[in-house]
Amino acid sequence: MNRLRFWCLTPAGALLGGLFLIPLGIIFAYSLLTRGPYGGVFSPLTWENYSRLADPLYAAILWRSLLYAVIVTAICLMLGFPLALFIARAGRRRNLYLSLVMVPFWSSFLVRTYAWMFLLRDTGLINSALLAAGVIREPLTLLYTPFAVILGLVYGYLPFMVLPVFATLERLDKSLIEASADLGATPGATLLHVIVPLSKPGILAGSILVFISSLGAYLTPDLLGGGKTIMIGNLVQNQFTTARDWPFGAALSLILMLVVMGLLVPLQRRGSEGLL
Amino acid sequence: MKNSRWLSVYAVAAYAFLHLPLVVLAVFSFNSSRFTQWEGFSLTWYKAAFADTQLAEATGNSLLIALAATLLATAVGTLGAYGLWKRNSPWITTSLYLSLVTPEIVMGISLLALYQWIFRYLAIRLGMHTVILAHVMFCTAYVVTVVSARLRAFDASLEEAAMDLGATEWQAFLRVTLPQLAPAVASAALLVFITSFDDYVITSLVAGVDSETLPMVIYAMARKGFNPSVNAISTLIVVALGGLILVSSRLERNEAER
Repeated sequence: MNRLRFWCLTPAGALLGGLFLIPLGIIFAYSLLTRGPYGGVFSPLTWENYSRLADPLYAAILWRSLLYAVIVTAICLMLGFPLALFIARAGRRRNLYLSLVMVPFWSSFLVRTYAWMFLLRDTGLINSALLAAGVIREPLTLLYTPFAVILGLVYGYLPFMVLPVFATLERLDKSLIEASADLGATPGATLLHVIVPLSKPGILAGSILVFISSLGAYLTPDLLGGGKTIMIGNLVQNQFTTARDWPFGAALSLILMLVVMGLLVPLQRRGSEGLL
Repeated sequence: MKNSRWLSVYAVAAYAFLHLPLVVLAVFSFNSSRFTQWEGFSLTWYKAAFADTQLAEATGNSLLIALAATLLATAVGTLGAYGLWKRNSPWITTSLYLSLVTPEIVMGISLLALYQWIFRYLAIRLGMHTVILAHVMFCTAYVVTVVSARLRAFDASLEEAAMDLGATEWQAFLRVTLPQLAPAVASAALLVFITSFDDYVITSLVAGVDSETLPMVIYAMARKGFNPSVNAISTLIVVALGGLILVSSRLERNEAER
């Protein structure tokens, strides 16, 4: 019994150890080292890479990333909860409506981001349409703005909210909702005092997934923010490529990982619902 | 519980938000003008995309990487899910969860750091192999999740019955359990293929000069400025990957109904 299990788990264990845990360990080690003259890493050990995070230039980027992640999570909750409620109440068509959320979500993150570039650019469809309709005279600057980044993140991660919320709403005990109505609650009161509190696990899971994904985003701020509204992910990438300051990039990654790991604890306690 | 009219109206708007950007992109890929005014139906941009040798080469690389990653990650992930089902290993489960939510950029740079460190001692360079290994790494967790969900509904007494009738552990796994898992394994394989084919962030960090993938070319074209060929190739990607995800969800649904 145990030998088969051992051989089944060995490839996965080796893969996770060799290509996930050891690389994270290397990043941790690098974050304590000093940058070399040609971009390599050298001793002595130092905390300097972490203390540099307090530099106003970098603190502003960290702060912006947190702020965007909170805004995106709030918008996704406001947009995603009613959609999940709609799907949960759709009866036989549930699967169809769920697929309509999932198909664009899985089809291609890069293309979905590119689609917004196509819509938002100065000569893009939104500006062309508004100009033709005479609503505006000069094209609006939509692309490469904080608005574009937040819009792109909401568009990209909305399904992360819809799925876990739908999963809890689907399992909700219908008799509690009926009892609330029988006792004279209006549909609005039932929603606020019965349905929302009971779907808290899904709301929590969805919010954590959206928050983590937005905080670590790279592609969306890169393409829709155009290097003007950069987030932690872009700063990390920059340290490992153009700036060639690996120790500082490693320290930034470690901070990001600590946040993710801290948020993973409540998520794992709830099981994997909604992760896929 | 029926949907109220307000909720239905809202849902229409939400679905429009999710789908319209891609629909608009697809419609304008058939525009004969290179500007955003509609001037007439044309296949110009599709012809241009197909004539582009760089795009063709990148597509070939992407397909090769996605196929290799799919085979490896599906095998490793299915075996892993089975091993965890026999008896859970908190260490492996936690690492898998963590790998699912680790930001792509962190995974990419940590793999790059590992590769660079290894290359100090061995004469290897970044290329297709480093990309494939990276993809297998981040795709295995998807397979474990999908296959584990199916295993939770699997009746362990079937395996015991097989062994009581004289099958070895291996025979019981290969001839009783694995056939039962087949739809979930196929569905997971499709997810891996899609994820691998579409990845940009990790791939761009660990790719070498000879392993440029389709997302990398599209990214470069999108950065450079407007090129309607990107609309055409993007439309093809969405249609192809969307078709695969429909097949994958159909597989999972049939299974849920069994």
